[in-house]
Amino acid sequence: MTIIATTAIFDSTRQRLEPQWIVIGVCIALVVWLALVPLAFLLWQSFLTPQTAAEPARFTLENYAAAYASGETARLLGNSLTFAVGAAALSFVLGTAFAWINERTNTAFKSLFLALALVPLVIPSVLFTVAWIFLASPKIGIVNLVLQSWTGSDAAFVDIYSLGGMIWVDGLHYSPMAFLLMTAAFRSMDPALEEAALMSGAGLLQVARRITFRLAWPAAVAALLILFVRAIESFEVPALLGLPAGIEVYTSAIYQAVNKYPSEVGLASAYAVVLLLITALCVYTQSRLSRHDTRFATVTGKGFRSRRVDIGRWRYLTAALFVLYFAVLVLLPFLVLLWSSLQKFYSVPSRAALATVGLDAYRNLLDHPGFAASVLNSALLSLGSATFVMLVTSVICWIVVRTRMPGRLLLDSLTSLPLAIPGLVLGLAVMVCYLKLDVGVYDTLWIMFIAYVTRFMPYGLRPTTTSMLQIHKELEESAAMSGASWATTFRRIVLPLIKPGLIAGWIYVVIVAVRELSSSILLYSPGTEVISITIWELWQNGQYVELSAAGVMLMSVLFCLVMLAQVAGRKFAIIEP
Amino acid sequence: MLSVRSLHVDYPAEGGAVNAVRDVSFDVARGTFFTLLGPSGCGKTTTLRAIAGLERPRRGEIEADGRIVYSAGKDIFLAPNRRNFGMVFQSYAIWPHMNVFKNAAFPLEVGRRRLGRKEVEAKTMRVLAAVGLDDLADRAATKLSGGQQQRLALARALAMEPTLLLLDEPLSNLDAKLRERMRFELTRLQRELGVTTVYVTHDQSEALALSHAIAVMNEGRIVQIGSPADIYQRPRDRFVADFIGSTNLLDATVIAADAQTGRCRIATALGELHARGNGLSRDEAVVLSIRPEDVELFDEPPACADGDNLCCGTVDAKVFLGDYLDFQVKVGERLLLARAHPSLRAAPGAPVHVRIKADKCIAISDRRAGSPE
Repeated sequence: MTIIATTAIFDSTRQRLEPQWIVIGVCIALVVWLALVPLAFLLWQSFLTPQTAAEPARFTLENYAAAYASGETARLLGNSLTFAVGAAALSFVLGTAFAWINERTNTAFKSLFLALALVPLVIPSVLFTVAWIFLASPKIGIVNLVLQSWTGSDAAFVDIYSLGGMIWVDGLHYSPMAFLLMTAAFRSMDPALEEAALMSGAGLLQVARRITFRLAWPAAVAALLILFVRAIESFEVPALLGLPAGIEVYTSAIYQAVNKYPSEVGLASAYAVVLLLITALCVYTQSRLSRHDTRFATVTGKGFRSRRVDIGRWRYLTAALFVLYFAVLVLLPFLVLLWSSLQKFYSVPSRAALATVGLDAYRNLLDHPGFAASVLNSALLSLGSATFVMLVTSVICWIVVRTRMPGRLLLDSLTSLPLAIPGLVLGLAVMVCYLKLDVGVYDTLWIMFIAYVTRFMPYGLRPTTTSMLQIHKELEESAAMSGASWATTFRRIVLPLIKPGLIAGWIYVVIVAVRELSSSILLYSPGTEVISITIWELWQNGQYVELSAAGVMLMSVLFCLVMLAQVAGRKFAIIEP
Repeated sequence: MLSVRSLHVDYPAEGGAVNAVRDVSFDVARGTFFTLLGPSGCGKTTTLRAIAGLERPRRGEIEADGRIVYSAGKDIFLAPNRRNFGMVFQSYAIWPHMNVFKNAAFPLEVGRRRLGRKEVEAKTMRVLAAVGLDDLADRAATKLSGGQQQRLALARALAMEPTLLLLDEPLSNLDAKLRERMRFELTRLQRELGVTTVYVTHDQSEALALSHAIAVMNEGRIVQIGSPADIYQRPRDRFVADFIGSTNLLDATVIAADAQTGRCRIATALGELHARGNGLSRDEAVVLSIRPEDVELFDEPPACADGDNLCCGTVDAKVFLGDYLDFQVKVGERLLLARAHPSLRAAPGAPVHVRIKADKCIAISDRRAGSPE
């Protein structure tokens, strides 16, 4: 009803050009430009030879030949798929198991675990990966050292610089995402379906295996696809762990090609086009799947009161598992960074090193002239892009939900399109685009702003749409009947009513923008570094203790932001109509 | 005051547009209460929304207070926010992020006329007082009961001193008791303020109680326009007779008709009856409508004046409803619904005498029955 409903406010002024048309037109043009133009440039670039002073670019298929018809091709594709499938599977298994324990059993302290689940997701990948290098590298890894001192052998027990290490770090880091996705799936399931199995005499694990997981499978496939896409576009882990061991995947190959001298943008573009095809296919399948899963009637949108099984004394075991999980996921990485940040030079924990604990790293970092600038840049970019994204998507969302404008569904898809674009590919596309189009944004913060806005548009659209769908259209119509113009209605009725969605989306965009690295890495220039780039550079320069200090501060700030967001979420959820 | 001429509205639906409103015309006199009545899906709400400007008609013309707000021929379409019509929505559409005062003051703060803060406050408090909400002005809108929300929606619609008040099933979300009370309140307010009102409902008792005039709609068309008494006592076709109140409908054939007096004799399943009907001719197929309260039941043979219809039947079932009794009486093979005073003692199975005055038997030409002009 809401969607097909007329908006005569919209029809009414077909004859005249009024301010609302300018706002709506500008927003549509912006989305179309941001979503499509860089991709077009990327595709075009992939067919060109490198441009040099002596020789202009010309048409070629060599990039594709180099990328796909050489001996490298199979290895690259094999590595990428092994890594992405492995990481997605690890995330999924961990996340689903803990989601089931949390949703279906009376495990102790469970409300705490749900609140904590968001924390790992705000830790920038570059920090998480570096922390795991400190923990599990063959030479300086604490895990190896501990095992060596126990066993007396000097073999490297674990080697993080391997495909297995990459899968472990990436899969572990994003398992909370699987946890959240599967928690939602379990929550939206009618408990009567499981109770019926229970009354038929099935045991707890039989119900889980034969009913719960069967019913959750469309959601599970969708979750797996999301996790796969996220893993295959992951850049930090392959670059920091894979490249030193000579294991290349698409993202790291793109980065290598751009950073070569002379840089091979055409080759990078050819890699990017195929990576883009893979992710686009997965995102498309996932969205189709989500649309059809109503057939299974597991996701009804109703909030069921989920059923909790009393597992007796096992509840302390499951709670212990949770504690162990969070220790490995959050506490260990944080502690190793904290330890190293208190040293002058990186050294493994020992009694001797304990004597040299101090705050020198923090002092050095704060004296480092680039650091304050990068904090300012990150703040400007994250706050600016979050605000801009929410304003644009609220108009887009209004058009999609409230009007019958032709092409509005296409507009919705276009705004969501960047979901299918890996961050590194988007960075490359934006780079190519504004190198060719000389509008003066290259080498400035603006080019990063453009990339951020493009990348995070979909994150703004989702919560806004959820809020907008909950508003009865009569609330807007009554404003029109009261004599309010479109702009007044939008400002005084629509925006305040979708405030919960706007705030949720805004906070989310701020957080993902602060931890963004893969787009920025191709777009920054001296003076426009952001925090994640500074951390990246500190790693490249071997300034491990300063990096750790930056990491500890960043993680503390992000942790506070997440807690604040949860409090805000609870507060604003109350006034939601 | 309000004049709607040959209005056509399409409504978009799966597989093409639906003609929600077809060739609807009516006039509403200044200061009167006009009701669009019909079953759900008959086009009454679409008609109201077209008047409001929330729906863009395909053809026709709408004029209010001497100003054309929509005309297909002259290519005029005034946006809803320029029409100065107040509207109460079915869901009330009370803005949850504003308190009571701000909701009611909103129409005075937006739009063309800019009023001073003092004036806005005075007018808002006056209109809140009119609906009895002045002492709740600072309360959050979400903390209101259903009845209070309804009053607030009314206050907001009236605050702008509208040329026309549009009400879209405003009582349908209230419980039975409250609905009754609000019905009186609504009548009082409308009569006091003298604001021209168009009211949409599917509840015939509401329509009969509130209106100066009623338009009965079916399948996108107006079937009959008239005063409440007119509509109830002289339905023009089978649909109106059936929809308004409950009635006994009998298929019949005209035996003899007197064009002068409007009297006729017709053959029915109950036997030959005296009835009333206009423009009927011999041998014509008609539908006979008899209201249950006009079917009089007696234990003993009653007195019979000229033109009264008398017959005998047996009580088939009876239902006690407090202030009256519902009887099903079997006459021949037909069941008749009758409404009687609780003092009538006849038990199921007992013989009973039935008297129906000729004036209460309404013969409706079957040419019009069910197929409105």
